[in-house]
Amino acid sequence: MKRYFPIIVLAVLCVLPLVGLNTYLMHIVILSVMWAVCGMAWNLLGGYCGQVSFGHAAFFGTGAYCSGILAMKFKISAWYGFLLSVPLNVAVALSMGLIVLRLRGPYFVLATLAIGEVFRIFAENVVDLTNGNLGIMIERTWVEKTQFYYIVLGLGLLAYAVVKFITESRWGYYFVAIREDQDAAESLGINTTLYKTIALTVSAVLTGFAGSFYMVYMGYIDPQIVFSLGEISILMIMVVMVGGVATFWGPTVGAVIMVILAELIRSIPRVGVAYQTLFGILLIVIIIYLPNGLVGDFPKIRRMFQRGAA
Amino acid sequence: MEPFLQTLIAGILLGGLYSLIGIGMTLILGVMKIINLTHGQLMMVAMYITFWLFSIFKLDPYLSLFIAPPLLFLFGMGLQKFLIDPVLKVESILPHNQVILTVGIGMVLQNLATIFFTSDYRSTPVSYATDAWYLSDVWKTAPIELSLSFSWTISFCIAVAITIMLWYFLAKTDTGKSIRATAQDLDAAMLMGVNVNMMRMITFGIGSAMVAASGCLFIPIYYLFPALGSQFTLIAFVITILGGMGSTMGAIIGGLILGVFESVTATYVGMGWAPAGRFVVFIAALVFLPGGVASLLKRHAIRKSK
Amino acid sequence: MSLLNVDNVSIFFGGLAAVSNVSFDVEKGEILAIIGPNGAGKTTLFNIVNGFYAPSKGKVSFNGEVISGLKPHQICRRGLARTFQVVKPLQRMSVLDNVIASSFLRCDTKAKAEAVSREVLQFTGLTEDADIISKGLPLGKRKRLEIARALATGPELILLDESFAGLNPAELDVSIEIIRGIKARGITIMIIEHHMKVIMAISDRIVVLNHGQKIAAGLPAEVASNPTVVEAYLGAEH
Repeated sequence: MKRYFPIIVLAVLCVLPLVGLNTYLMHIVILSVMWAVCGMAWNLLGGYCGQVSFGHAAFFGTGAYCSGILAMKFKISAWYGFLLSVPLNVAVALSMGLIVLRLRGPYFVLATLAIGEVFRIFAENVVDLTNGNLGIMIERTWVEKTQFYYIVLGLGLLAYAVVKFITESRWGYYFVAIREDQDAAESLGINTTLYKTIALTVSAVLTGFAGSFYMVYMGYIDPQIVFSLGEISILMIMVVMVGGVATFWGPTVGAVIMVILAELIRSIPRVGVAYQTLFGILLIVIIIYLPNGLVGDFPKIRRMFQRGAA
Repeated sequence: MEPFLQTLIAGILLGGLYSLIGIGMTLILGVMKIINLTHGQLMMVAMYITFWLFSIFKLDPYLSLFIAPPLLFLFGMGLQKFLIDPVLKVESILPHNQVILTVGIGMVLQNLATIFFTSDYRSTPVSYATDAWYLSDVWKTAPIELSLSFSWTISFCIAVAITIMLWYFLAKTDTGKSIRATAQDLDAAMLMGVNVNMMRMITFGIGSAMVAASGCLFIPIYYLFPALGSQFTLIAFVITILGGMGSTMGAIIGGLILGVFESVTATYVGMGWAPAGRFVVFIAALVFLPGGVASLLKRHAIRKSK
Repeated sequence: MSLLNVDNVSIFFGGLAAVSNVSFDVEKGEILAIIGPNGAGKTTLFNIVNGFYAPSKGKVSFNGEVISGLKPHQICRRGLARTFQVVKPLQRMSVLDNVIASSFLRCDTKAKAEAVSREVLQFTGLTEDADIISKGLPLGKRKRLEIARALATGPELILLDESFAGLNPAELDVSIEIIRGIKARGITIMIIEHHMKVIMAISDRIVVLNHGQKIAAGLPAEVASNPTVVEAYLGAEH
């Protein structure tokens, strides 16, 4: 049963648009998958390799602006942004890595956070290139959601396959070894800087894809949206923390929960404005009671319910 | 020359206030080994307290120094006892749970402030807001004209006074010494009978009170809005890194450097770039001076002792 | 040519010499013990040889190639592995995965890495514990896991940092057998140890450090009767 689980999930996801979900539900599903991609990407670096990044918005935003600028300034299809985002995000990741990967613990956290913010401020101020706070608006390729859905699903599969392949290979062992003890890993012949750079770069490229997708799907971006600390970088961490750090399905579960929760909270009148409060409280509760997320602490949850039933 | 000197003065005055923010953060970092990413939000809370005291009771913002910091002291102790301390004991894969926790707390505070006080910009229009001393008042034939804002100067002087008081507390009192012992070596402090949990609570309380005091000093010369919290959290950690984690002297120097740097960037590059300049300083410090100013001070001390 | 050559090595921390002007050789196939009182600079010396610290003065050569200044992972790749005094297991990985992470250094496929790892676990007597999460392992076995991991990197020279500290007599015997087994495989050993009985039983030669300096070297019997060594250990009054 467990072996077929991914295939069943995939099959269900493939036929989902045929069920006839309305536009709004499709929108939620698309956002969930997009956030799952972000979560899986963050998880590779944060969960497996133990490098907690507070600056992934830098990659997301870079991806989004690749698409946006191509369409706005160069009048070519925003879809080429996916291609352009790869070399750009690799470059961003490598230069970011030069600075942050020598740092450990809190220094790393703060450095990534700062770099994420630098990107936002940059995008706000280099008006000639980015339109600054006015943002970029482009025409969407399709009005229908279905095409977008299959594309984001493709991205989701790609991210899943990449994470799965990496974590089960030599790299995966090295990542976890680095997370558990950098000194030990280094003295066991693992080039910790190299492998942290690999984790960062792969994570950056995947996150960039999600960003490019956001641009072509939403049709509008501005620096405060795609380079946001709270709405992108921290939400990415929350997706992973709620779902389960260093688990395959955690980011997906977390993404679905967070997107639905966000939509639910925002749609309730008067409560909507408090969604950050509720997210904050959720984060606090998760950290205290389910530090390894819903998937990681699933045995604990099941025990809790069994005790409740008995 | 004249604009430059004026910029320098503004930078130093700003830097003095920044130092106070940085000291609170670095104190918490030194004792608890965690980064408090809700530091600026605590300042925002204190500023709203000050704002409402001013609006309702016409209480001068500087007098709020006797109200807001004590309240934040208690609030900080509560946060430490009921939220942060429990998480230190939780076993998890991610090593930075407490940091993420403080982010969560900050989100809640900032959002609650938006809900209750709206995201309007507020200020405390004190009567002396625009008063200033001019160089030409004291030196009639001065070749250049410089001004010194009254409220900026008062705030700066109070910040210096608070810093000296804190130094006295840490250096001379038993509690202060225990806090320093806890920061230096947790296990040894515990063996020496220091109530480490208590010291953690007090430290978080003091750190919160310090940043609350900065809030009281900032509000007469600045304006207030909920998102100001995250802005000052970033400033606080830039100072901390610049100064060297856990070093009080470093935080003071770091604050001054940042103040001057921002002031210069705002004058000569453009207002919008001041925050970017902040991070350039930060990244430069990480790359070229990983231990912050504190490591330079230490190196100097070693060279002197030789 | 000796396998490892430590040539006039010194290191300073903030003006204090933790190791000063230490020279010695390790010959292929021998067990060389480093002994000395607490704070003598033994672990610091290991950290220099293994690449965590670059020496302030002097150099370390391995197989004729200067290795001081290289990073630990590069030194490990050249065939020099170590264990830690304060054990550093990869806590949330199983014992087997711990060893696999190391054996990947010389294996290209996971199957090969696992085969090597199982063999090493067999050798160190940890086969039954292969699937246990290493955090839950008792200290004695964690010390052996350190050795297993180091062995899995396929070293020519292995540095053992107090692999016997805190073991009970039964575990001690097991570990002594393992060390003899390592030697029998043709792997050279450099060991830091406090346990004099163990040292006398297994080592071929001994180097004695005190206050960061080499104060004696030689065969176990010579060192044991050396008055400088006795003085360093027991104080000047004796």
